[in-house]
Amino acid sequence: MSNHEGENEYAIKTFGLTKTFGSRKAVDEINLAVKKGDVFSLIGPNGAGKTTIIKMLSCLLKPTVGTATIMNYDIKKNYSEVKRIIDVSPQETAIACHLTAWENLILMGGVNGLKKQETEKRAKKLIKLMGLTQRANEQVQKFSGGMQRRLSIAMALISDPPVLFLDEPTLGLDPQARRAIWEQIEHLKGEKTIILTTHYLEEADALADRVAIIRQGTIIAEGTPQELKENVYGMQTMIIKGQNIITADIQGLKKIYPNITVIDGGIKIEAQELIFDEIVDYLRSEGVKIEWISMKEPSLDDVYLRLTGEGVN
Amino acid sequence: MRFLSLASRNLKEIYRDPLSIAFGVAMPAVFLILFISISKNAPIGIFTANGLTPAVAVFSFGFLTLFSAMLLAKDRESAFLTRLLTTPLTSLDFISAYILPFLPIAVLQITICFSIGSFYGVTINSNLLFAIIIIFTMALGCIGLGMIIGSLFTEKQAPGVSSIVIVFISIFGGCWMDLKMVGGIFGTIGYTLPFAYAIDAARAVLNGSGFFDIVTDFYWVLGYTLIFFFVGIFCFRWRTKG
Repeated sequence: MSNHEGENEYAIKTFGLTKTFGSRKAVDEINLAVKKGDVFSLIGPNGAGKTTIIKMLSCLLKPTVGTATIMNYDIKKNYSEVKRIIDVSPQETAIACHLTAWENLILMGGVNGLKKQETEKRAKKLIKLMGLTQRANEQVQKFSGGMQRRLSIAMALISDPPVLFLDEPTLGLDPQARRAIWEQIEHLKGEKTIILTTHYLEEADALADRVAIIRQGTIIAEGTPQELKENVYGMQTMIIKGQNIITADIQGLKKIYPNITVIDGGIKIEAQELIFDEIVDYLRSEGVKIEWISMKEPSLDDVYLRLTGEGVN
Repeated sequence: MRFLSLASRNLKEIYRDPLSIAFGVAMPAVFLILFISISKNAPIGIFTANGLTPAVAVFSFGFLTLFSAMLLAKDRESAFLTRLLTTPLTSLDFISAYILPFLPIAVLQITICFSIGSFYGVTINSNLLFAIIIIFTMALGCIGLGMIIGSLFTEKQAPGVSSIVIVFISIFGGCWMDLKMVGGIFGTIGYTLPFAYAIDAARAVLNGSGFFDIVTDFYWVLGYTLIFFFVGIFCFRWRTKG
């Protein structure tokens, strides 16, 4: 067991986790604590260091400096134990093409040391869960990208690991296939500790209990999606379109809400707190005929844009 | 016995690719029948059943190199190996799982070649066993060579490099010509590599020599096999170390 004092509520803790390739720091002193049963999402653009973190946590890469514990096992000292309690669905679809879906699952059960009966029982359950029952006995090279990705995730689940790493599980999938994978991840929430890397911010928003935004190997913000929206972005947006919106009306509103921009056919108001009735009543009293109003909650995209000044994709 | 699951998968990957069987097993068999039939009217030297059978068997092991290189390179590049590296499989498990599936194929190649050979007149006596031992040792060497190529080259490069090995076996193994008679650069290169020793030794025992007559040749083959294996294991571990 590790010497680190990992409290029982945390499945994963990292301590100054750093990885250097030559002179380039891919991951720079990452300190994270992931609670058991949480879905923790690492978001950031390509090359931000997400996959390198996953590779270090899954014992594929040795950290240059620092370490981490998975269920209190140190990834540097106890990698054999770590490998028994984790599973990984890599970024690329990692399946054996000439095997059937069923055989792929049996293979993963076997290499994880499960007994045949237990493997078969779990394989049946996973085939059903991932919606692959109809084609379980077909060679997977004939599967669509979405089906292959679902199988790849199922293969990571066959050993029933308490900790699961999903590296860009929906990368390149169509919206329908992506939604299907989201549903499967939602099923696992609370049961497994999941580290989910993605550069689809809406994915992290929908699935993650906590999110860390990574840029150039460092964490630039961390919290629940709601916390990040409130604390980092902290803005509400209202878009109003209508007739007779004139400069005088805007100037009047600007006394209360200074951040107003004119857009095509209307205005956009941004503020920490927008009082709907106050704005609407004011505009109506000025003779504006309101045709359309939209209140926009901040998204993780807004948070990311605010933090980095650039889009994640 | 985790490695058996992976070994079983690797075997399925090979035999479910019909080209593997066609090239690795059927083609050498056709070659053997063809060459023996062609040289039926002039059955001298290496162009006899005793001469051609070990040659075609060793030639067919070039395909073991090809299959093993392609399988390993493909897994390495497809992230499948990455996934497996996060499981509790040890280095020994991996190496065993990537070697074992090729053993039944080697046995099948030897069985087919010697069955055809015996039909056409290969001498059946106790020496046949020695010939098979020598040939099988060479098969192991070719699997090790495949591990080296599969570890060092990409999925696209590995077939090309393995094809060069097949050509090398064909030319410098003395499959279709007597290297000792040809001599020169062919002879020098040929007798620096193990393939010619394997074929010569097997031919000699089939023609009546005792095992001790060919023991030096056998040591060449064994030595190279061990080198190929150790280098293969080193390359594999180096490439999967991250």
